[in-house]
Amino acid sequence: MVSLAEDVAIVAFAQTASHAHFNDSEPAMIMPCVNSVIEQVGMDRHDIDFTIAGSCDYLSGMPFAFVMNIDAVGAWPPVYESHVEMDGAWALFEGFVRLQSGDIDTVLVSGSGKCSPGSYREGFSLQTDPYVHAPIGLDPRTQAGFQAQALIAAGKATERDFAEVVARSHANAKANPYAQLSGDRSVDDLLAEPYVQQPLRRLDCPPTSDGAAAMVIARADKARELSDNPVWIRAVDHRIESHHPTLRDLTDSPSVRIAAERVGLHDGPVDIAELTVTYSPEEIILRDALGLNGDTAVNPSGGPLTGSPFMAVGLTRVIELARAIANGDGRRGVAHASSGPALQQNLLCVLEGDG
Amino acid sequence: MAPRPCAVLGIGQTKYKRRRDDVTLDGLVREATLRALEDAGATFDDIDAIVIGKAPDALEGVMMPLLSLCDALGAIGKPIHRVHTAGSVGASTSISAVNLVESGMYDTVLTVAYEKQSEGNATWALSGGKSGGQGAGGTFAPWIRNYIARSKAPEHIGWMVAVKDRLNALKNEYAHLHLPDISIEKVRESPMLWDPLHFLESCPSSDGAAAMVLGNDDIARKSGRPPAWVISHAKRTEFGQFPGRDTVRPQAGVECSEALYRKVGITNPREQIDCAELYVPFSWYEPMWLEGHLIAEEGEGWKMTDAGDTELGGSFPVNMSGGVLSSNPIGASGMIRCLEAANQVRGTAGEYQVPGAKISIGHAYGGAAQYYAMWMVSSELNPVF
Repeated sequence: MVSLAEDVAIVAFAQTASHAHFNDSEPAMIMPCVNSVIEQVGMDRHDIDFTIAGSCDYLSGMPFAFVMNIDAVGAWPPVYESHVEMDGAWALFEGFVRLQSGDIDTVLVSGSGKCSPGSYREGFSLQTDPYVHAPIGLDPRTQAGFQAQALIAAGKATERDFAEVVARSHANAKANPYAQLSGDRSVDDLLAEPYVQQPLRRLDCPPTSDGAAAMVIARADKARELSDNPVWIRAVDHRIESHHPTLRDLTDSPSVRIAAERVGLHDGPVDIAELTVTYSPEEIILRDALGLNGDTAVNPSGGPLTGSPFMAVGLTRVIELARAIANGDGRRGVAHASSGPALQQNLLCVLEGDG
Repeated sequence: MAPRPCAVLGIGQTKYKRRRDDVTLDGLVREATLRALEDAGATFDDIDAIVIGKAPDALEGVMMPLLSLCDALGAIGKPIHRVHTAGSVGASTSISAVNLVESGMYDTVLTVAYEKQSEGNATWALSGGKSGGQGAGGTFAPWIRNYIARSKAPEHIGWMVAVKDRLNALKNEYAHLHLPDISIEKVRESPMLWDPLHFLESCPSSDGAAAMVLGNDDIARKSGRPPAWVISHAKRTEFGQFPGRDTVRPQAGVECSEALYRKVGITNPREQIDCAELYVPFSWYEPMWLEGHLIAEEGEGWKMTDAGDTELGGSFPVNMSGGVLSSNPIGASGMIRCLEAANQVRGTAGEYQVPGAKISIGHAYGGAAQYYAMWMVSSELNPVF
């Protein structure tokens, strides 16, 4: 496990509901989140030392879309600020790293994305290799289908296992006011649905979602000043795998295994895991790679199968875990974010309660 | 804890060209990366993390390209993340990589930036994805006219910068434009694009990649390579439009340089800094940034250009490598400024070396002149000013 120079805690967090269609601009989604976290810490926004956002031009359908998002932060007078073209979880990574230098105290992190205006499958197929894969439209759902089929072929899972992930996620989401989908669904009913991408059915796939999330993280002394109930970030690590699906074992996640070791996942109990399960088979791969057993509550929020605002969804996993720990639902847990098709790139963040 | 000291230990660049159709995107970034590793005396095994930057994905039509470039960058099984801050991205990517080293979490970091503009339509993308848009020159020209009106600068200043940077580029094998017969007359007679900017006062559209290997003080000692210590860095952002905004001398640019200088105790940048690589995509931005980044007093920047102070051999050389006016793979251009500043203090700038340069700055700006990223490099870890 990497030794850290500075203890860092989450002192405020906010998220929008996962919207099927948010009928306003992306900054209008982010601004209430930013305003909320600023209010929670009781600071003047100009006293935040560093701001970093995660978003994706292609979701907005326009180059430089992220520039509009600074409207939600408030960049006058000028601010010390940056942006990653990734999920907000990677903005959290950079913010966390920045605090380790010890010369600043607070970072405002956000993530946002609107999927509803565009075609997610068409857009995201452009994430693949532009010379071989993108021209044939190798979209993420197709790759998720490959992954599901590989799991079945390897004898590691069945379609019933996938349906069980869906049923539990939707049931868990009933208690989550931010969820887009929820309800009691029987495994047999789910299995009776037609395939959309064999062996995946509609609810094995995420809904189209718009949403945003934000948090304030701070170094230890400042964190205690700003919050009575800080949630400590014990470690963050992320790793990537080959872009070429045939060069990967799609039934496993070596990148998650490396990250789990780097964050010292099993140096303590793992009470809760909030995982970016964008397609239901991914939960089976992630549980195995993370070495989770029955003691860990997986996606008590319902997870991305019940609301998946890309570019906010990973950061939202961290927030859901922080909320659960702050509420005393568990003492220590892991949040997971993913980028790219078929769990290509994965980030883990270990959180622990105060005291 | 104090930030861990960070040094540039390896630099790699591709040849910048209008069209690099001899390589894929993967081949382009790998070419710069392998050169940076070789220069650092390192291999992919030595790299703990990678930070990649480029301008909008729409320039090449590849969404979140780190996902498809990770194999070529030797990133498999490692952390890699992507920075995007408009035109300043090459410099802010460099700074993000410094943050990784300064955190103490990563000992050796590879950072790469690129653009392959021949694979897309840059002016379309720079116009926010609107066909028939005004492009970057159309955005900046009115502000340049405003600068000329405020400073009373004579019109030949822009032509001088255009000539000086192209003459410098003749000493740089990687530069895109090699125009040996460039002259004031040729610049003046070239077609008017956006008044007052002539064709030859504008940057080219280039393919290319740049890379650096950064390491902490232990790695720097072991490497035996000349280090360029990154002794200060700063970023600032402001809104692109609001009533009363000073678009000629944006406040974010002023505050960015103030923060950069304050951290190391620079009180007289003109005297205490030996040379600078400033992001000058259009000729007039040389005097504008000399003033906007507090190297010259307001209204005095053009006089430095006019007096030849910013030439190689002048008292404050600017864009010794030929600058953005000679090579502009947009997403990499800011990183090229940073690594060329490092080349100067490492003494590795070859024919365009400023003799004895010890302190240099790399700079980039982006968006509607609203994003700023700057770093300062030194031949010594703790220079005294």
